[in-house]
Amino acid sequence: MLRKITAAKLDQLFEAISGKQTLYIPTDREDGAAEFRKYESGMKLSNALNTVRSAKDFFFPQTENLAAFKMEGKKIEVKDIRKECEDFVIFGVRACDARSFDILDKVYLVDPVDSFYKNRRDHGTVVTMACTRPAETCFCTAFGINPTMPGGDVTAFPVGDGFFFMANTEKGEKFLAEIDHLLEDGDLSRLADVQENTRNILKKLPLANLSTDSFGGDKLNELFNSDKWAGLSESCIGCGTCTFVCPTCQCYDIKDFNTGDGIVRFRCWDSCMYSDFTKMAHGNPRVSQLERFRQRFMHKLVYFPSNNNGEFSCVGCGRCLQKCPISMNIVKVMKALEVK
Amino acid sequence: MQEAMIKRAKELLADGTVDRVMGWKKGEFFYDHTPAVFTTAQELDDSFVCDDFTSANLSKYLIKETIKDGKILAFLKPCDTYSFNQLVKEYRIDREKVYVIGIPGGPKLDVEKIKSKGITGILNVRNENYTLKIETLYGISEMPFYEAISVKCESCKSKKHVVYDELIGEDGEVLDSNRFDMVEKLENMTSQERYDFWRSELSKCIRCNACRTVCPACTCEKCVFENPDSGIENKAAADSFEENMFHIIRAFHVAGRCTDCGECSRVCPENIPLHLLNRKFIKDINDLYGTYQAGENTTDKAPLNDYKMDDCEASIVHERGAE
Amino acid sequence: MQVNNNNEFQPLIVAFCCNWCSYAGADLSGTNRLNYPTNVKIIRVPCSCRVNPMFILRAFQRGADGVILCGCHPGDCHYTSGNYFTRRRMTLLFSMLDFLGIERDRTRVEWVSAAEGAKFAATMNEFTEAVRKLGPNRRLEDLRCRKQ
Repeated sequence: MLRKITAAKLDQLFEAISGKQTLYIPTDREDGAAEFRKYESGMKLSNALNTVRSAKDFFFPQTENLAAFKMEGKKIEVKDIRKECEDFVIFGVRACDARSFDILDKVYLVDPVDSFYKNRRDHGTVVTMACTRPAETCFCTAFGINPTMPGGDVTAFPVGDGFFFMANTEKGEKFLAEIDHLLEDGDLSRLADVQENTRNILKKLPLANLSTDSFGGDKLNELFNSDKWAGLSESCIGCGTCTFVCPTCQCYDIKDFNTGDGIVRFRCWDSCMYSDFTKMAHGNPRVSQLERFRQRFMHKLVYFPSNNNGEFSCVGCGRCLQKCPISMNIVKVMKALEVK
Repeated sequence: MQEAMIKRAKELLADGTVDRVMGWKKGEFFYDHTPAVFTTAQELDDSFVCDDFTSANLSKYLIKETIKDGKILAFLKPCDTYSFNQLVKEYRIDREKVYVIGIPGGPKLDVEKIKSKGITGILNVRNENYTLKIETLYGISEMPFYEAISVKCESCKSKKHVVYDELIGEDGEVLDSNRFDMVEKLENMTSQERYDFWRSELSKCIRCNACRTVCPACTCEKCVFENPDSGIENKAAADSFEENMFHIIRAFHVAGRCTDCGECSRVCPENIPLHLLNRKFIKDINDLYGTYQAGENTTDKAPLNDYKMDDCEASIVHERGAE
Repeated sequence: MQVNNNNEFQPLIVAFCCNWCSYAGADLSGTNRLNYPTNVKIIRVPCSCRVNPMFILRAFQRGADGVILCGCHPGDCHYTSGNYFTRRRMTLLFSMLDFLGIERDRTRVEWVSAAEGAKFAATMNEFTEAVRKLGPNRRLEDLRCRKQ
């Protein structure tokens, strides 16, 4: 039996959660865009469909210190400077971002396990939010995602005057048990209506019929050698916007910073759009923007499925559609390369 | 307008004046046009577009294009012509290889501004007497035209084309814009208020480098931030210092060369008002060394490549503005 | 930033000095037995024009609380015009730092000739005191470089 919280009690809920652990919710900024922020009293949950930055930041932050070194004479001392990770809750993650965690898990939780990532995954509770008003840039259904039934530890279903909650994992059940005193029974038929309504809108989305049939691990040669790449990448300016707002882009670089007093080794997001991406001693394997541009889409549509039983590493959140400075994006690429 | 442009482009392609056309290509939706090069009349007919959403500045692409053989036709808005001139002046564009057609400028619209009002599922937009009728999946919405214009068009400096081979439409005038108002407002704040303002803005930066990469004045083959030998190479700001450093150096490097085209703020995924940093330099240059507009012509010496014996001392910073 | 035995704040001052004038000026103040604070660390440059904005930022990053740039008097540049360019460049940079809310008293340009040992000492004394009053640089500091 699903239990419900009324909209009026939402503040109480946030207070209750944030009293025990750190809570992050999407909230509206002054410029009208939404972003995940640490909850403070009075903060309001955003109605926006998506945040500018994706929720991957909580498990895979943009920069992260790995170790520190100090040298004295010929002695090198290595220090573990990892910070203790505390329990936290991310509230209001959309279906696309929730799926992105599964994709990142396939990269970071397989052998060798990334202990930094795993530590955060273990401590984080993900409360997802079902979509009711998808945007024209949404195409998650193309990748088999059901935005009316997102994953995560707990799923919240908005029904106008409140939210129904459903636990999907043990962690989620524990979470719901702790807030049970704020919940009440509600009319489940309303939930069915809301979901039906959303499903109807999904069918009407401009990108509802986007097909992935032409892509996958077995299409490597024909896609790699396609003559379409030149035209598609022609206007790419080589910034990293698409990769940095993407919930599934997972590449990083490891760098040393000289503090004047020692060395801090840290990792930071890297972008395949950058000229020094995967640069090695012999030079750079991808010297032109065409090759770098192709790498990004081949990775999402061919290399990743090839290594992961056909699963694509795009979740159709639409962030790159909205943020690319020159409006080139994965949908345009897929449509251009599609074999009709 | 669009028809006239396509017609003229086809003529110039047909008579061999140019062999390529630089313009904008229709996108998936009505608003996501991509800069593109067209080589045939068919391509122009199929996908050439020029409307309220073609705000991208095409000038920087001409660096790459003029390295190639042949001549290219470029459609430039007034603000783009300033960038073009500046690039010609810096020997980055070969003027002989470009046929410039000046086209009227904005104000251009930014769909993100419409979305920031909470309007979602946008399918189409019509401008009716400067009210936007926005057709969405969830019904019709309305908003004033001027609230949806791109940040780069909010305080237009000029409707005049400073360079062209021919014009479509009429040439405009240099405008008496209010573009320095926000800079002035910040100057009149206390140092702590300014600090807080910029921290809240710059801490949003994700270092995607879009501001730098799109900038028509940023044309280094290898940016110092990508060059390990520079000592300051970094891919992400590890702390607030590096956030500040990147933006100071980015703005400083284009000081005296920035034409104030506003592309940096247009492309910023986090809506940081980056143009304010550039405008601060422009305003200081105007106030201290005489009015100067980068890209206005190809002959004037850039203010930082020039000096006068009786220039003010650096201590003037202490005497200006509040606190 | 440094702290002395009495736990008092000791500003760290970086002074970029032109080889042809102020660097010799510092020497002269030494041979004349004039005092200037040990907080000042001098970096010799071939001309004040050699200093680009990154140098100034780098100094702050690595722990400087104030940065001063000393060059030849206008008209006296060893390379004819280097200091004129410096003057414009630093004016704009300092103005930008001020615009970003960095305290304006942390940066300064001063013209000191090789004959002005007394001026060098006086300038450094005065600048060090001004920065001492401001306290440690926090707004343009790289936390990773803070001495533990």
